[in-house]
Amino acid sequence: MDTTYQWLASFAQSVGLLYFVGIFVSVCAYAFWPKNRARFEQAAFTPLQED
Amino acid sequence: MSSIDARAPLPRQSRWSKHKIFETNSIILIIGVLLVISIGGLVEIAPLFYLKNTIEKVEGMRPYTPLELAGRGIYVREGCYLCHSQMIRPLRDEIERYGHYSLAAESMYDKPFQWGSKRTGPDLARVGGKYSDEWHSGHLADPRSLVPQSIMPGYPFLARTELAYDDIAAELRANRVGGVPYTDEMIAQAMTDLKAQATPDHPGQSALEARYPKVQARDFDGNPGRISEADALIAYLQVLGTLVDFKLYNDKANIR
Amino acid sequence: MSATEYSIRRATTGEIAGMLIAAAAVMPFLMVAALTDHSGYAFHATLATLASFASVFLIGNRCFRPGQVPAPQEINGKPNYNMGPVKFATVASMFWGIAGFTVGLIIALQLAFPALNLDLPWTSFGRLRPLHTSAVVFAFGGNVLIATSFYVVQRTSRARLAGDLSPWFVVLGYNFFIVIAGTGYLLGITQGKEYAEPEWYADLWLTIVWVTYLLVFLMTLAKRKEPHIYVANWFYLAFILTIAVLHLGNNLAIPVSVLSPKSYIVWSGVQDAMFQWWYGHNAVGFFLTAGFLAIMYYFVPKRANRPVYSYRLSIIHFWALIFLYIWAGPHHLHYTALPDWAQTLGMTFSIMLWMPSWGGMINGLMTLSGAWDKLRTDPVLRMMVVSLAFYGMSTFEGPLMSIKAVNSLSHYTDWTIGHVHSGALGWVAYISFGAIYCLVPWLWNRKELYSLRLVSWHFWISTLGIVFYISAMWVSGILQGLMWRAYTSLGFLEYSFIETVDAMHPFYVIRALGGALFLIGALIMVFNLWMTVKSGTVDVPQADYDHGLVPQLAPAQ
Repeated sequence: MDTTYQWLASFAQSVGLLYFVGIFVSVCAYAFWPKNRARFEQAAFTPLQED
Repeated sequence: MSSIDARAPLPRQSRWSKHKIFETNSIILIIGVLLVISIGGLVEIAPLFYLKNTIEKVEGMRPYTPLELAGRGIYVREGCYLCHSQMIRPLRDEIERYGHYSLAAESMYDKPFQWGSKRTGPDLARVGGKYSDEWHSGHLADPRSLVPQSIMPGYPFLARTELAYDDIAAELRANRVGGVPYTDEMIAQAMTDLKAQATPDHPGQSALEARYPKVQARDFDGNPGRISEADALIAYLQVLGTLVDFKLYNDKANIR
Repeated sequence: MSATEYSIRRATTGEIAGMLIAAAAVMPFLMVAALTDHSGYAFHATLATLASFASVFLIGNRCFRPGQVPAPQEINGKPNYNMGPVKFATVASMFWGIAGFTVGLIIALQLAFPALNLDLPWTSFGRLRPLHTSAVVFAFGGNVLIATSFYVVQRTSRARLAGDLSPWFVVLGYNFFIVIAGTGYLLGITQGKEYAEPEWYADLWLTIVWVTYLLVFLMTLAKRKEPHIYVANWFYLAFILTIAVLHLGNNLAIPVSVLSPKSYIVWSGVQDAMFQWWYGHNAVGFFLTAGFLAIMYYFVPKRANRPVYSYRLSIIHFWALIFLYIWAGPHHLHYTALPDWAQTLGMTFSIMLWMPSWGGMINGLMTLSGAWDKLRTDPVLRMMVVSLAFYGMSTFEGPLMSIKAVNSLSHYTDWTIGHVHSGALGWVAYISFGAIYCLVPWLWNRKELYSLRLVSWHFWISTLGIVFYISAMWVSGILQGLMWRAYTSLGFLEYSFIETVDAMHPFYVIRALGGALFLIGALIMVFNLWMTVKSGTVDVPQADYDHGLVPQLAPAQ
């Protein structure tokens, strides 16, 4: 079943790469989105602001 | 972002706004985590079931006999796999020390696999036939009587303990549900086959051999009077690595 | 309602359901105990019968106790935190920790002096080693994770733990699982998969407990008063969820019969191996890493009294870590009969995993920037910072060992054992010790620990122990790996296997010494915690009982 393996390998090498890059870019975009900055900084204080 | 300027008090924001899907909605967080963790597992595990070259084509593999399966149960119960591997890697020194490297096919009926992760003791993938039954029973009872530097625990109680095999047919059946090709006949005759393998000159031995080619039937522990746990364990050890005929195996045809 | 009123109140729906389920379970368990031929299994069925009885009694007994049920969600506008289960799990974690470290020391001594196996079934290395690994990972580590997750999710959500009986069910049910699993190993009940040894019925029970754990955690998040789910909770959630998935995948087994403790896994051979190390490596990744990183993200900032260095980095850390870890399993199967493509994938992702691991370590360490002086005065913080250093070290060593060429030498040797212990003792145990040193005064409302000097002693004695342990294992592992592949000038293997075993003896003695020091340190900790609870100064009057605002310990003052 060489063809199955080769099909799988080429699929993994193309779609897989896109998938990895996509995930990484979206996580970075989410983390560095300027609008999120203030909320993240506030969240960072959650453990320290207990009532 | 430094932690210093972050110390300034921040205005509290409205509870719901855009861009905070993950950290405000735990269900979406769960779905995100599930998506991310399932990809890796699926890609690595699923092809092993349908890529045909995962398990090589070999001659001679058969399911364990009832006695070997019971012995394998003792092997698992005593945690032998914690110190002995059953996986010879294709490295020069291992092949010279232990024999042909292990094939996936050789553990295709192993539930669970016993490849191990540590060699406090030597690899056992091809230990079958390397030592006599007498050596094994003496070594199991008192390892240091035969190998003075050994650090293996002694298992003198195995030869003293009667093998419990009332469930043996049910054990074969459970294996069959998981894909091991035991036939109805093998399951029906499991009890007889077990006794036949461990009892010298038992009338059932020819039927046993027809069902399980290359089976070794004899008294294993030096006490023909009864079937002990040592009988079963030694029967298992003696079959390890002996089923595939490497004279007929074509390495090149199975390159993966 | 006054405290002296002892009338019986009406049971809640949950209590009635709990009592009915427990009562209904008594007869089936009793029948299994009576009918099975396996003495160990009969023992477990008897324990289950007793536990069902005890549950009926304990739940029923609640109706006689004064106080309102369900407990109020808030008192005077402040959340009425549910700390009972947290306290129980904290005590249980120290109990199992000492038990697990002791068994570890015993099996280390058995490898140096095999006569200590005593030639008995229930004292031999093969049965005690799973007892050691399960006791430290699942009993000690698991209770630390349950205790801290229940604490952190309440505090960072400003909400009482969801459920009335269910948090107790999680804590008690989990510890019952530990008892069944541990006694099972000694009695020879095991399914023979590393770190997943408990048999089918224990696995089923754990599944019920774990799903309840997930629900309690989620429902607490759902009723939080904070707009944001703090990042520590992300890590806890990923840990709980992924462990559930791994547990189910790796334990799909067919029982021989209801009356037999034995089962056979549905997977076989190479597929079983892949499932096993997908589970095994991610037990490291999600149980021993993600869960304890959650501890880091709460307790390090809390103890240092500074917010985490970079919250954005923590988000990238989270997604990168959980994404990459799940792929790394095949590096346990290098050069085996697992297909090469899977091995290559495992190696690649293991090397990439170095990055998020160090990102997380840097995030934790840099939280102290501007407050490094606290390390001099606060040995608890020092312990947590050193745990991060060990985390960095073992997450560098791990990718290194996942490279196939290195792995061909290190695999099957003590190097692996050393690597595991630099992570387990240095990272997991130290961050846990740090968290427990923080938690106990908070939970029992004490101003500070009984003695910071004793924390220092604990720190230095156990650090010395870890250094002995891991350096002995490095030397013995590399030595044995090299001896296995050594050739004479004539081209023959130079050493027989038993000669390489013999060469390990001195290192096994040193390793046992290291383990003994680590155990002594933990015993000092138990004494210190005991004295803190028993004779520490009460922090604030009970009416204003507050875990967080008042500094727990002010070493700089």
